[in-house]
Amino acid sequence: MINKLPPLTRRTALAGLGAALAAPAIRPAFAQATPIKVGVLHSLSGTMAISETALRDTVLMMIEWQNARGGILGRRLEAVVVDPASNWPLFAEKARELLAVSKVDVTFGCWTSVSRKSVLPVFEELNGLLFYPVQYEGEEESKNIFYTGAAPNQQAIPAVEYLMSADGGGAKRIALLGTDYVYPRTTNRILRGYLNSKGIADADIIEEYTPFGHSDWQGIVSRVKTFASQGKKTAIVSTINGDANVPFYRELGNQGIKAEDIPCVAFSVGEEELAGIDTRPLVGHLAAWNYFMSVQSPANTEFLAMWRAYIKNPRRVTNDPMEATLTGFKMWAQAVAQAGTTAVDPVRIAMIGQKVNSPCGYTEEMHANHHLSKPVMIGEIQADGQFNIISKTPTAIPAENWSPFIPENANRRRP
Amino acid sequence: MLRLLMLLFLLMAPQAHAQDAFSELLPGLTGGFAQQAETVERLGALGDPRALPLLRALGDTRLLRGPDGTVIVSPGQPPPGSDVIRINNRVRGALRGALGRLQLGSPDPEERLRAAEAILRNRSADDIPILEAALGRETDARIRDRLALALGGARLAAADPASKRIGILALGRSTSPEARALLLQERIATPDLATDIDTAIASIDQRLALRRAAETAFQGLSLGSVLMLAALGLAVTFGVMGIINMAHGEFVMLGAYTTFVVQELCRDIPWLSPWSLPLAVPAAFMVTALIGAAMERGLIRFLYGRPLETLLLTFGVGMVLQQVVRLTFGAQNREVISPPWMQGTLVLPGEITITQNRAWIILFALFVLLATLAAIRLTRFGLEMRAVVQNRRIAATMGIRTGRVDAMTFAFGSGIAGLAGVALSQIDNVSPNLGTGYIIDSFMVVVFGGVGSLMGTLIGAFSLGIFNKLLEPYAGVVLAKVAVLVAIMIFIQRRPKGLFALKGRAADQ
Repeated sequence: MINKLPPLTRRTALAGLGAALAAPAIRPAFAQATPIKVGVLHSLSGTMAISETALRDTVLMMIEWQNARGGILGRRLEAVVVDPASNWPLFAEKARELLAVSKVDVTFGCWTSVSRKSVLPVFEELNGLLFYPVQYEGEEESKNIFYTGAAPNQQAIPAVEYLMSADGGGAKRIALLGTDYVYPRTTNRILRGYLNSKGIADADIIEEYTPFGHSDWQGIVSRVKTFASQGKKTAIVSTINGDANVPFYRELGNQGIKAEDIPCVAFSVGEEELAGIDTRPLVGHLAAWNYFMSVQSPANTEFLAMWRAYIKNPRRVTNDPMEATLTGFKMWAQAVAQAGTTAVDPVRIAMIGQKVNSPCGYTEEMHANHHLSKPVMIGEIQADGQFNIISKTPTAIPAENWSPFIPENANRRRP
Repeated sequence: MLRLLMLLFLLMAPQAHAQDAFSELLPGLTGGFAQQAETVERLGALGDPRALPLLRALGDTRLLRGPDGTVIVSPGQPPPGSDVIRINNRVRGALRGALGRLQLGSPDPEERLRAAEAILRNRSADDIPILEAALGRETDARIRDRLALALGGARLAAADPASKRIGILALGRSTSPEARALLLQERIATPDLATDIDTAIASIDQRLALRRAAETAFQGLSLGSVLMLAALGLAVTFGVMGIINMAHGEFVMLGAYTTFVVQELCRDIPWLSPWSLPLAVPAAFMVTALIGAAMERGLIRFLYGRPLETLLLTFGVGMVLQQVVRLTFGAQNREVISPPWMQGTLVLPGEITITQNRAWIILFALFVLLATLAAIRLTRFGLEMRAVVQNRRIAATMGIRTGRVDAMTFAFGSGIAGLAGVALSQIDNVSPNLGTGYIIDSFMVVVFGGVGSLMGTLIGAFSLGIFNKLLEPYAGVVLAKVAVLVAIMIFIQRRPKGLFALKGRAADQ
């Protein structure tokens, strides 16, 4: 279907502010109507560029795809790309620029929780619309943000549940290793509450935090080994973010920690991150996501073909946040079509209940809490850097963004 | 499809062989994970020679699903899209035990060692006879130790208490955390043997404590060697010449990228590619030394005696270098592959395990230190350098071209930073930001050790490394680092000139 389209060049889709004027002359279908502006707020430089660049490309690909289908409401889509450069305060400035100066109708952006927390007040103040595509720690809900990644009950908790099951090895002791910032600390707090509720005492849990980009893992890995020699099956739960994962996995391999003995499940390691690591010593270590590139579904085959054609590289990988970006984009397009306008308030209301047949092979639905229902998948790392899906939920499960394992949430009214 | 079948060879169809136990088990390999694990265990216990290639193929994802519950072994990596039988950790664990049982009689000692280790982890009382037989014919002391441990583990799994006691004694003689874990499990299962087990555990713990102390010391040495490598170049440029070089980290980063480039150049030459890392050592030194010389001649020499301007200038140069590398090589991290002799662990007497890459880096750091000392003490260049540092004008009247010596000294320090980059490419991510993480540490070491003293850098780096690693288990990584910085701040208050203060007139310049 994609191949038969009229020759819309990438340049027209990519065009920034100025190129918009030329477009009506080329494509009379879009005549008169002003274009719909789509803001893209992903770091294209700095430490997060590694992960976020692919998300910018995904949004641009979806804009091209939507324009090839005649845009929305007969109007062309037009991208406004800014670079917040992995600099958290700059995220807020760039968000303000998108909303107040470029006057975008919708924004897709952010990866780290700290960047999302930094733009949230801006989107609320100027009544913008942000789609956030990454799994996170929950404990947040804003009328101006739609969260298309997983909440803890859609990733972290099922993953630990799997480790404690017979298939996962029946772990009784858990080492929680993470990078020192809000996402790992909150997630581990929820996990500790969950583990305690399952009868795992605090003595059987250790927590270790390291700075961003940490490279000397020998002490921590040998402490985990000692921790594992107490006669109970031990597993590692990793919320390590970014490139610190490379030396971490290298140390695991060098110290001979095999997945059969101490499996390590990661929440922030996907196909894109593994692309730069020799995965042969890591076979069997795990990751939990809501989508893997190895999912067998017609929607995923289409997604892969579309991505590789767009990026002009037949070997590029896809990952979970890209899937979440695509799903969020399609939902937004449906909601705009249904509301008949791009104005934030009607679109926000039309968003609730939108369904998309996602590449993960399930139909995902937007709920009133601005989170998606998603299937949970556990994958084992293979020698080729892909994941072998060894467990998945039979249906998509709704998100609990306010975790019941955080005591302060007990009094919170649940919808 | 036909071509695919020609590539593979059909291992078996049920009617081809008689209905023996082996063939009957095979359909179980295509079942669920629990069934797979059970089938693998039974295949291993069967002792059939056909099982070994089959199980190896299963582990290497070369076993394909055939028609009607049959399985196919693919000789090479099967083409993408073929119906490979996937396994999970549970099956992989069973597979390791089964392969261990089948490989106990292997002619390859490494394989026998792995087999003994595998059986210890998947022990069962049924293994006692085969382990006894294997122990009887084994001559290699290391494998005998492992076999005795595995036999102890198997005896522990036996039903009768007498056999269990022998097992406990055998395990108690080891220094293995696995043995300790097995004993603790047994203690919960059979409380009657608690006293025997406690004695055995106490004996293991005694040796383990020694082993942990040795390993912590090694980790401290390793961190110290990294600190020293990163700081040594700075000890020359900052310590000897007094230039505050904020681009020092970027020279380290350039050294790491040179390693990457050398690796890529050697990639297509099979006989050369394992040696790309040693080749990168001179290459990294040359590249960074040349850039350093150019920087000193082109920029820094105009700013001698103006430390603030030098600081800002070198900071800017560092940012430029970072961006140039980012534009040339991309923002993505680059992968420098470790040669096989730098992977895995080295087991010393007393079961002390150290990682090979770290051990090599310690040796390399000492080599770089000795080479630097030799260059300064024994060569003409070193003599001129010391002369210029002590008294520039007198040195000039003696006919030393001080400008040239300055350039060479700065190039020398930059080259050493490049050497550090080669080592760091093995343990850290090769990215444009590599250097920024080390610049603070480098200044910390140089100032703590005493500006201008290479010995101070050596002692400073190693004492900081060991102090950090001693604190880490109690304080955590982040707090340990903070504690080290606070300790240095207090130390510098008391001794502003660091550990080894230079004495005499040179120090008062």
